[in-house]
Amino acid sequence: MLDWPILSTVTFLPLVGVLLILLTSGNEQSAARNARWVALWTTLFTFFVSLFIWLNFDNGTADFQFVEKTSWLGGGVNYHMGVDGISMLFIILTTLLMPLCILASWNAITVRVREYMIAFLIMETLMIGVFCALDMILFYLFFEAGLIPMFLIIGIWGGAQRVYASFKFFLYTLIGSVLMLVAMITMYYVAGTTDIPTLMAFHFDPDLQLWLWLAFFASFAVKVPMWPVHTWLPDAHVQAPTAGSVILAGVLLKMGGYGFLRFSIPMFPHGSDYFAPLVFALSVVAIIYTSLVALVQKDMKKLIAYSSVAHMGFITIGIFTFTTQGLEGGILQMLSHGIVSGALFLCVGVVYDRMHTREIARYGGLVHRMPRYAVIFMVFTMATIGLPGTSGFVGEFLILIGTYQVSSLVAFLATTGVILGAAYSLWLYRRVVFGELVKEDLKDIMDVNKREIIIFAPLIVIALWMGIYPTPFLNVMHASVDNLLDHHQTAMQAIQTILNAAN
Amino acid sequence: MGLPDFSIALPEIILAIAAMLLLMLGAFRGNGATNPVSWLAVVIMVLVAILVETGSRGSVVSFEGLFRVDDFGRFVKVLCLGASALAIIMSIDFNRREKLARFEFPVLIVIATLGMMVMISANDLITMYMGIELMSLSLYVTAAFRRDSVRSTEAGLKYFVLGALSSGMLLYGASLIYGFTGTTNFDALAAALSHTDKATDIGLLIGLVFLIAGLAFKVSAVPFHMWAPDVYEGVPTPVTAFFAAAPKVAAIALFLRVFISPFGDLVSQWQQIIVFVSIASMILGAFAAINQKNIKRLMAYSSIGHIGYALVGLAAGTEEGVRGVLIYMTIYVIMNIGTFACILSMRQRDGMVEDISKLAGLSKTRPWMAFFLLVFMFSLAGIPPLAGFFGKFYIFIAAVNAGLVPLAVVGLVTSVVGAFYYIRIVKIMYFDDPAEGFVPLSRTQSVIMTVAGLFVGLFVLFPAPLLESAKAAAAVLFS
Repeated sequence: MLDWPILSTVTFLPLVGVLLILLTSGNEQSAARNARWVALWTTLFTFFVSLFIWLNFDNGTADFQFVEKTSWLGGGVNYHMGVDGISMLFIILTTLLMPLCILASWNAITVRVREYMIAFLIMETLMIGVFCALDMILFYLFFEAGLIPMFLIIGIWGGAQRVYASFKFFLYTLIGSVLMLVAMITMYYVAGTTDIPTLMAFHFDPDLQLWLWLAFFASFAVKVPMWPVHTWLPDAHVQAPTAGSVILAGVLLKMGGYGFLRFSIPMFPHGSDYFAPLVFALSVVAIIYTSLVALVQKDMKKLIAYSSVAHMGFITIGIFTFTTQGLEGGILQMLSHGIVSGALFLCVGVVYDRMHTREIARYGGLVHRMPRYAVIFMVFTMATIGLPGTSGFVGEFLILIGTYQVSSLVAFLATTGVILGAAYSLWLYRRVVFGELVKEDLKDIMDVNKREIIIFAPLIVIALWMGIYPTPFLNVMHASVDNLLDHHQTAMQAIQTILNAAN
Repeated sequence: MGLPDFSIALPEIILAIAAMLLLMLGAFRGNGATNPVSWLAVVIMVLVAILVETGSRGSVVSFEGLFRVDDFGRFVKVLCLGASALAIIMSIDFNRREKLARFEFPVLIVIATLGMMVMISANDLITMYMGIELMSLSLYVTAAFRRDSVRSTEAGLKYFVLGALSSGMLLYGASLIYGFTGTTNFDALAAALSHTDKATDIGLLIGLVFLIAGLAFKVSAVPFHMWAPDVYEGVPTPVTAFFAAAPKVAAIALFLRVFISPFGDLVSQWQQIIVFVSIASMILGAFAAINQKNIKRLMAYSSIGHIGYALVGLAAGTEEGVRGVLIYMTIYVIMNIGTFACILSMRQRDGMVEDISKLAGLSKTRPWMAFFLLVFMFSLAGIPPLAGFFGKFYIFIAAVNAGLVPLAVVGLVTSVVGAFYYIRIVKIMYFDDPAEGFVPLSRTQSVIMTVAGLFVGLFVLFPAPLLESAKAAAAVLFS
């Protein structure tokens, strides 16, 4: 344990970078250069500081660690931060992806660079805050505030249809979260506190649980996103700048899954149990339907966006199996998807920066001019398919084991998604990288440069590390996941007694 | 029986004398004295606000039970004085450039503020009416202040005719209430209604409905909102800024005092009306604003919606609800003043513009102004961590605790619709290509917008003072 507030430090460090960028002045060129360097150093420094959280993390306990608590709004609403085995790795994921995003935007963003970097740094603070918050209102604050910078990132630096995409993103997410806010206020009223650990131990009335669960589901399902409220995601991904897509796929989608783990399951065990078939149904539809949709996409980013929806479907299935393997697989798959889909968007960004098109048909035969790129792209394609030895395999395998214990039908249907996933991913790779190099303008395309290799190297290492030796990651979550499941089982037994008594 | 205790009305008396003195000063010095008169008016309001704040604590009633001073009144009075003073400051520069610099303007605002303070302190239906009329008559004149403009005079006339109608309804309601209870005093009303079967008297209820109609007109709640868009658009912009802030606060405060104190025991009777008015206002405010092209008209619909949210707190009828309304109105006033400081800065080389499309690309031409307007827009939409979110949060806590969950759901869903037109302004400023820029901002406008912007942005860090004082003020109505 550390004797300084490391979580607040990590959360608000990026804001120091914002201040520094605001202080830099000069002509546009030098201001842009300064902003890039400040943002890079800030995010790198934040990443290294955040590693201390992992180094000092105690794997043996399910309790919240590095807890900070100060009074804030009064009336039981406090500034309460802390992490456990479920949330800790998401913080590392966020701080890891941020410097890579800044690097990926190095030359791609040429207008309003200062504002861009400020938006990303603010975004980082809000994302880390979501995973650290141990107070519902504080959580909501971080969760919802992230809409503002993301709206601006898509809207200002996005593609041709950026206005439509940014509005859709903003309003879809907002409508989900205001329903969650009503539920939070109701919980505050019933339990008299907004403290998450206290609420986890609180037993809500079984009937009320169903309503609360649905309200939270409205928010998280949009965020994950689950079919049929996923339609904002392809638009947002396609229009967002590369780094925006990485953040969206890498971290923002994980907030939905994290929300299920932090709120829905521990606080509403009956609701989660009752609605688990619904989640399975929606997830299976998502896996099969969006995989099929991904097959016919003509835009690379859109294809990866649809594949994200399918992969997130796996994760929601895993979470709602209430088995150790399912839950751990779900969390690991979230981390893996954060790395892999982020990397795939970066891969698209590499060729987009050169050719300014994402149309699959405009490419082909890149392997002849860009051998290193072909290797990088292949690693991540294999990881997204779930080839053994890559991070995608471990997560999906654990999820399927967990699912099989609950329902073999769901497991069977979900597995078809793995096959379809292989189909669209490999076909994408075949069309872009292999074949004859016939397009005239591709004949002088440059291979990945040093900056891009620096971006991809850590991601490749981690994708393989998680695939070959996932134990360090799983060890972090064991205690918390077991605790969550124990808690779930005892709560379910208690509710069963209540329901039996009522009959 | 000796003289009443004048000392508790000292702030009002000072304001009244000051208004007369300023009028004399203006009358003798002519329009050249507009600047000193304006600044003197501001100084006096600030001094009166300090006096209100430092005055004796606790609840005191004087003037034979007509006039009440308490913590609730103090809170709202300071808010009104501050909003009025800022409205005067914002007007100085505008009126000078638009050749509207007339010394009557600050004097009228001082008198209107005096009316508000009397309303807030009213402990009797008669005092209440006196305060409302003093405020309203001053407002009618300021609305028609730009005599040579057809739009301004039309707005003034429209406001006057409809306002007089609503005053008539209010008075009719008050007379019915008097007829069925035999008293106009709030304390006596409360006593009479607490333990008799008068509470369900149909005549009394009709009186109550008329009272609500009259007050709803003053706060521009649906279905008595029709005047607001035309008046907001027609009158000179500093007058719009004034209308949107202080008078709304005073009228909402009166709403709270009347319905919580004397008619608090009839909550089951008036609650459904307030719920309807509130839902209708929120829905209309959200949907009608979507297609507006004029930013002042948009702000009119926005304010209708915001009044709907404030009324949610009243509908709850609890101490928490009142506290929520007070927090909400404080934050609303500050956001609104900031927004109007931005609107007043929308000046191109050949004069003021009001078209939303003229904001295009503002983030490139005037980055700081665009940034603050962005902060105000997201705050008006209720997005955390900005102050506007906390206003809504406390209102909806009160609604849920009072069992009005459907009202909270409607309110939050309409806030999503409302978010659409607020972020449309952000879109125009940040996503669109620059149009012709604005001339440099005046210093007062940029100071006001900066201070308001900092408040809205940083409220999340220091929420305690406002929350505590609103709590203390709300507790008074229930003691």
